[in-house]
Amino acid sequence: MRVPKPAAGARILSFGGYQPGNVVTNDDLAAVMNTNDAWIRSRVGVASRRIAGPDETVADMAVAAAGKAVAGSGVPVSDIDLVVVATCSAESLIPNVSATVAARLGIAAPGAYDLNAACAGFCYALASASDTIRAGTARHVLVIGAEKMSAWIDPADRSTRIIFADGAGAAVVGPVADPADPAGIGPVVWGSNGGIADKIHIKDRKSFLFQEGQAVFRWATTELHPTALAACERAGVRPEDLAAFIPHQANLRIIEALARKIGVPRERVADDIINAGNTSSASIPLALARMTERGELVSGMPVLLLGFGAGMCYAAQVVTVP
Amino acid sequence: MAVNEQEILAGLAEIIDEIAGVPADEVTPDKSFVDDLDIDSLSMVEIAVAAQDKFGVEIPDDQLKDLKTVQDVITYVHKNVS
Repeated sequence: MRVPKPAAGARILSFGGYQPGNVVTNDDLAAVMNTNDAWIRSRVGVASRRIAGPDETVADMAVAAAGKAVAGSGVPVSDIDLVVVATCSAESLIPNVSATVAARLGIAAPGAYDLNAACAGFCYALASASDTIRAGTARHVLVIGAEKMSAWIDPADRSTRIIFADGAGAAVVGPVADPADPAGIGPVVWGSNGGIADKIHIKDRKSFLFQEGQAVFRWATTELHPTALAACERAGVRPEDLAAFIPHQANLRIIEALARKIGVPRERVADDIINAGNTSSASIPLALARMTERGELVSGMPVLLLGFGAGMCYAAQVVTVP
Repeated sequence: MAVNEQEILAGLAEIIDEIAGVPADEVTPDKSFVDDLDIDSLSMVEIAVAAQDKFGVEIPDDQLKDLKTVQDVITYVHKNVS
């Protein structure tokens, strides 16, 4: 039996992001529920968020983000062998989002699967893509985080409605041909804590998302920084040498607490949540896409990603900016 | 570690100053975290975590919600400190 020829490594070739056009400000929320701009900013750090229209689907947003990533990569769609969509908010479970997205992008008959690690989903999908390429199982992988969280939020629940939002982010991942090329996707450090998974859950398909804010805050600010530091250690990159720290955009106070514990100065920390809200698996690639577009990240820079959320799943890796 | 209530108050005031920016001399036993010191539920978690590091007493979330005043925390820590 023959086995695939492995690649020396894998790297991100491009990013793409998409947000719905509908901007919902804190004042908009204050008009319909008991809250105000100052309160929301101080609790979660969000100033505005984007909410998808009633007919806009997870797949629609995924296609929009992925289209940009594919165009930016220069990779012909015929060379994409696998499409992975990280999502926890799809409208239905069958069919999966990834096969639909692939077809709409004109990617003929790739492997296609959806992955649910909630807000950690993009980092899980990126790790899986990297390993798939390294193993020689795919030449290029399209990785997407896409969410319509608003569909699962109780409009009367202030604690979740002020935070969660919709959007998609994507990356094209390809091989590193030269083993001496330092660019790439570092080893993933991941885990989960299902014993406390009830802290964030949707009971059934008729229910809304429930989150125990204090417990999640405690977990995120006390148990995740060792994972982030371990990812740096395994990649051989010191935290002080990171060009940016891009954690899941859960809550600005969690983000800032994590940054302090990891030792990354505030100005190098992604704060996309301010104008994007918490878009679950889309938040990291959306932040990456925006920071790259704005020129804050330059090709070759090492950045640390840290995804975390429901299931209490988490994952971190250092990646090189394409 | 044997600590008296006065020492717990001093330690707690330091923590609250650092986390919530409330000057230590304003942290007196009768003060309510929410009503007097304007400390929200997430800052309470940070204070509880810092208090655990300082005094070695874990304050779980289900206990934390019942600790309304500075004195409540002092009493809880004093009772549970080993």
